Parts: sequence; C-alpha cells; structure tokens
Amino acid sequence: MAAAPESSHAGSAGGFVGWIDQRFPLTKLWRSQVSEYYAPKNFNFWYYFGVLSLVVLVNQLVTGIFLTMSYKPSAAEAFSSIEYIMRDLDWGWLIRYMHSTGASAFFIVVYLHMFRALLYGSHRKPRELLWIFGCLIFLLLMAEAFMGYVLPWGNMSFWGAQVIVSLFGSLPVIGGGLVEWIRGDYVIADPTLNRFFALHVAALPIALIFLVIAHLMALHEVGSNNPDGIEIHDQEGPDGHPLDGIPFHPYYTVKDLVGVAGFLLLFCGVIFFAPSFGGLFLESPNFDPANPLQTPPHIAPVWYFTPFYAMLRAVPSFAGTQVWGVIVMGASVVILFFLPWLDRSPVRSIRYRGPIYKIMLGIFVLSFIALGVCGLKPPAGIYPTIGKVCTVLYFAFFLLMPWYTKLDRTKPVPERVTGHA
Amino acid sequence: MLKSWVLISTMLMAATAASTAAAEEGIALLKADTDITNTDSLQRGARDFMNYCSGCHSMKYLRYNRMAEDLKIPLPELQKNLMFTSDKSFDGINSAMPPDAVTWFGKQPPDLSLIARAREGGPNYIYSYLHGFYADKTRLWGVNNLYLQATAMPHVLGKLQGLQKPVFKPGSDAGGGAQVELVGVEPMTPGTMKPEEYDQFCRDIANFLDYAAEPIKAKRQSMGVFVMLFLAAFFVFAYLLKKEYWKDVH
Repeated sequence: MAAAPESSHAGSAGGFVGWIDQRFPLTKLWRSQVSEYYAPKNFNFWYYFGVLSLVVLVNQLVTGIFLTMSYKPSAAEAFSSIEYIMRDLDWGWLIRYMHSTGASAFFIVVYLHMFRALLYGSHRKPRELLWIFGCLIFLLLMAEAFMGYVLPWGNMSFWGAQVIVSLFGSLPVIGGGLVEWIRGDYVIADPTLNRFFALHVAALPIALIFLVIAHLMALHEVGSNNPDGIEIHDQEGPDGHPLDGIPFHPYYTVKDLVGVAGFLLLFCGVIFFAPSFGGLFLESPNFDPANPLQTPPHIAPVWYFTPFYAMLRAVPSFAGTQVWGVIVMGASVVILFFLPWLDRSPVRSIRYRGPIYKIMLGIFVLSFIALGVCGLKPPAGIYPTIGKVCTVLYFAFFLLMPWYTKLDRTKPVPERVTGHA
Repeated sequence: MLKSWVLISTMLMAATAASTAAAEEGIALLKADTDITNTDSLQRGARDFMNYCSGCHSMKYLRYNRMAEDLKIPLPELQKNLMFTSDKSFDGINSAMPPDAVTWFGKQPPDLSLIARAREGGPNYIYSYLHGFYADKTRLWGVNNLYLQATAMPHVLGKLQGLQKPVFKPGSDAGGGAQVELVGVEPMTPGTMKPEEYDQFCRDIANFLDYAAEPIKAKRQSMGVFVMLFLAAFFVFAYLLKKEYWKDVH
C-alpha cells in the first residue's frame, strides 16, 4: 500500500478532515471562531441572551418551515388551515405553539440582550457596528413579527394590520398612495395576506440570517465585552492569549448548554401549560376569523409592540395631522442606532459608573415597562397621562445622555476582570 | 446574580399584573369550575350540546370521530344518537340551520368551534353567558343577557332554567330615570331543573366547548409534565458538566 502524501497544510488533520481542510478552511474556522476564540472568563447571567436569541431564531426557522407545508396563504383558507394544523396534522399543535411562543420568546431574549448592552456598555467603541447590526436585526424582527401576526387571519390579525398599515397614510403627499401600494388593495385583503406571507417566509428571514452572520462576524472581529467593560486583549500572556480569556469551546459551549436548558424549561412550560399566556402571546380576538365588518372590542398590538404603540398614541395630532405620533414612534427605534455616540462616559460598565447613569437607566427600564402596560390598555383613565410622561422619560434617557454621562462620577476601572460567575 | 433575578422577576410581575388587570371592567364572570380531564362531564356536555345547541350552532372544526375517540364514546353509539346532520364520521359538526336562517335572528348563529378561546374568560364566559339571560320586553325574543348586552340569541335553555329578571343598582335612576345601571339578575319563574342541576348542565357544556376549542389540551398538559421532568434532569446534568469543565478556570 502506497503511503498517502503528507498534508502540506500546517496544523490540519489527516484523513477525511484533512481532505476537506485542503479544500475548505474547516479546521481553521473551527479554531479561530470556536476552540481558540478567547472570550472573557467573567461572563454572568446577562450573557446568556445572545446564544438564546440564536436558539430561538433556529426554532422559528425550523418550525416555520414545517408550518409553511400546511398553511394556506389565502384570505379564504388561512384561518381554517391553522385549525387543520392544530387539530388534524400530527404534532401540528406543538409546531404551531413552538412558533407562536417563539415569537414572544424572541422579543424577551432580544430585549434582555439589548439591556445587557446598556448595563455593560457593549455598544461602546470599537463595537459600534456590532451594535448597529443588532439594531437592524431588531428592526427587521419587528417587521417579521408584525407580518407573521397577520398570517393566521384572525380578527386581531386583520384589525392590527389595518391600524399599523394605515399609519403610513399619515405621511404627507405620498401617504394615500403608499398605503394602497403596501396593501395591494383598497382594504386589507387577500393580496395583502399573500405578500405578507412572501415577506415573512422568504425575504425577511434571509435578510435576518445575513444580519445575524454580520453581527457575529463583527463580534468575533472585536471580541466580546464583559461585565467589567475592559478589553481582555490589553493583558496578554506570553502565549499571546488574553490572561482573562478562555476558549469559547469547551468553556462557553458547556456553560451555554446550562442556559439553554434553563430557557427550555421556561419555554416548554409556556408551550405545554399556557400557550396563550393569559391572552398575551395569543390574543382571544384572534380565535375569531377576520371580519372586516366587526372590530374587536379593543385593538391592541401583541405585548412586544405595546411600548412603541403607547408612544404613538401619546402624541396628540397637531396642525391637522397625526403624523407626529408616527414620527415619534419611528424616532424611538431610530434613536437606538445613535447610542454609541450619545454615551460619553469614560467607563463602559455600570459597575464603575456613577449614580446618575444608574438612576437614568432605572427610570428608562421602568418607563419602558409602563409604556408596555399603557399600550395594552384602552386609551382611557390614567393611561394616556402615564403614556405621555413615560414617552418623555424614554427620550430623555437618550437625548440627555451626552451630558449626564459626562457629569457622572465614575470609579477607577481595574486592569484585570474581577472574578467569574 | 441575585440582583438580576430580582430585576427579571419584577419585570415579569409587572407584565402579569398588566394581563390580569385586563378583565377589570364590566360585570365579573361566574366561575365555571370546569375540568378538561373529566370525561363524564365532557360526554354529558357533548350530548347536551348536540341536543340543545347544534340545531343552530355549527362546530365545523371538530370532527365526529375525533370527538368519539377523545371522549371515549363508541362510534356506533355516537352515529345512532348524536349525529343529526351527517352520516360520515370524519365530517365536522354542522348545524341544521337552512341558509336563509340569518333572517330569523338578524345574524348567523356563530360557529362554536373556538368560542372558548375567542372570548376572554373562556369556559367561565360560556358558563356565565348561559346564566345571564333575563326578561327584557324590548328585545326580539323577550330576553337580554347580562354578559352580552343585546344578544341575538333566544333563551333556548329557558325551560330548564326558568326565567330571571334584572336587578338594577338602587337609586341609579335618580337623575331622571335615564341612567339605569344593571348589576345582576334574580330568579323570577322556576324551570324544570333545580338551580344546582342547571349549574352542572352549564358546567358540562362549558367544559365541552373548552375541549372543542383545543382537543389536544388535556393531552398537552399531561405530556408537559414529562417534558418538564426531562428538562429538569437535563438541566442538572448540564450544570454538573459545566462545573466539571470550569474547575480549572480561576
């Protein structure tokens, strides 16, 4: 038997993997991105939500593919096809609940993931692009969720689409034509459902996947931030690896496994015991088929949109147009993109920031939750007032940031990370 | 770590408070106290639904054979006693209403496949609604409903329950008689059933409608227990694995 020529690629294995390595950087990628990608050793609880968003994304993609096999994207059949999935298709109910619960879970983990950035300054230089890719993912996720919500063609699907799409009508000059162009009809109807389906299952998921890859590439280029908000690469050992870094695999793969298990416990708890989650994840009016002649008693978007919806409603019409509310709602998302440049603090992590930032962040979180509650309620009683106050507080957090982060008293930052969780 | 948990649980509590506070307005629903795993109750509910409701209300997403299987009713018995509009066991439950029936009530009696999920309160709403009819001469069928004002439905179960009369808040018409606040109902004429019997009758129907809205519900919950046990065990092993690997991180 003749001896096979030795692999000329340094560090690559022989056999099948070696054969691949000569043609594709498999081992190289595995090492640089996983087994020799050094992450700070002090990640805490808040660092689970990145991997969890990835888990939920995969869940949505896989269950979505199976739902697509039985769902009928037409106004006449959509509602019945969902009931077919829920009743007649083997395990269809499980796939559908995984998908519907996954939508809410996606926003929970993404909101907590973004909150983590606010805690530890993960958006600060040199991670601005990483943050911007994240904001784009969030924006697309909102579009994806909105269009997905329309697909079951329940009465809330219909009226929710009616309200949200008509917002574009408040834009001056182009408004009317734009709304018609989006709907493909004079009302929300079959063509609207069809195009939302196309966008929901093809266009937006593809864009989302690309953005997630860009997000991860940017992360691995600059390296992860950590709860102390310091650069671990500033302190490297003689082997060239950061002193406070540990290889992502196996350390964080096994640690993330614990996080995923904990997440699945909660996730499956909802799927198996409370898939409607008290009307928050699946709203009761959506179990009535779409009916253009009957509005639900109270139209509210799903919970993850309600903070933004409350800001939309908080702004009164002025100079004969409602467009100001739409502008404020748009601005509430757009302003996130500017966060890296609004923050002027000399330190990143909340551990070394002063009391002003802590108070402002606390007020911001509370007003975001309060806005979410307001958006769920009919605009009566105390809610419009709370909505207005919290809208101001929401924007104050961002717009005053350049000043209060500079004014704030900060503590000295350590050279090495402080312990690990 | 502890601080994070406190924060997250505060957020969750705020969210649940928001959801439970949603049902504040209007007259409080009665508690149906239904049990989706009680097959006897579901069988009685199915029988009563077929006899009293299915004449007008369809239940098109529930197939006869699915119901027979889930409720442990032998198919021949179901076909003989409860299948009035079809002889094919794989059919959905259709009503016996002719197409022009819409003119009888002013609206088509709604399909009840999903009613327990489409109304806030679910089985409690159905149980309350069936208890909520009261005499009102201004309405087409002589009755109105405490839980659904201006309902188009006649009191089909009036013979069983008897008729009730409305109770108004004392003094609420002091401002000239225009503002009258309805606060409840009380018995007026007795029916063929004792109140407890009628309660049970409505409970069975509410239970059956709850089942019909999601036939997999009972199975889903019992399956969920095993899923949770598996995941809890998985969590423990994942945690031990992590601890083992992280021994050498200082």
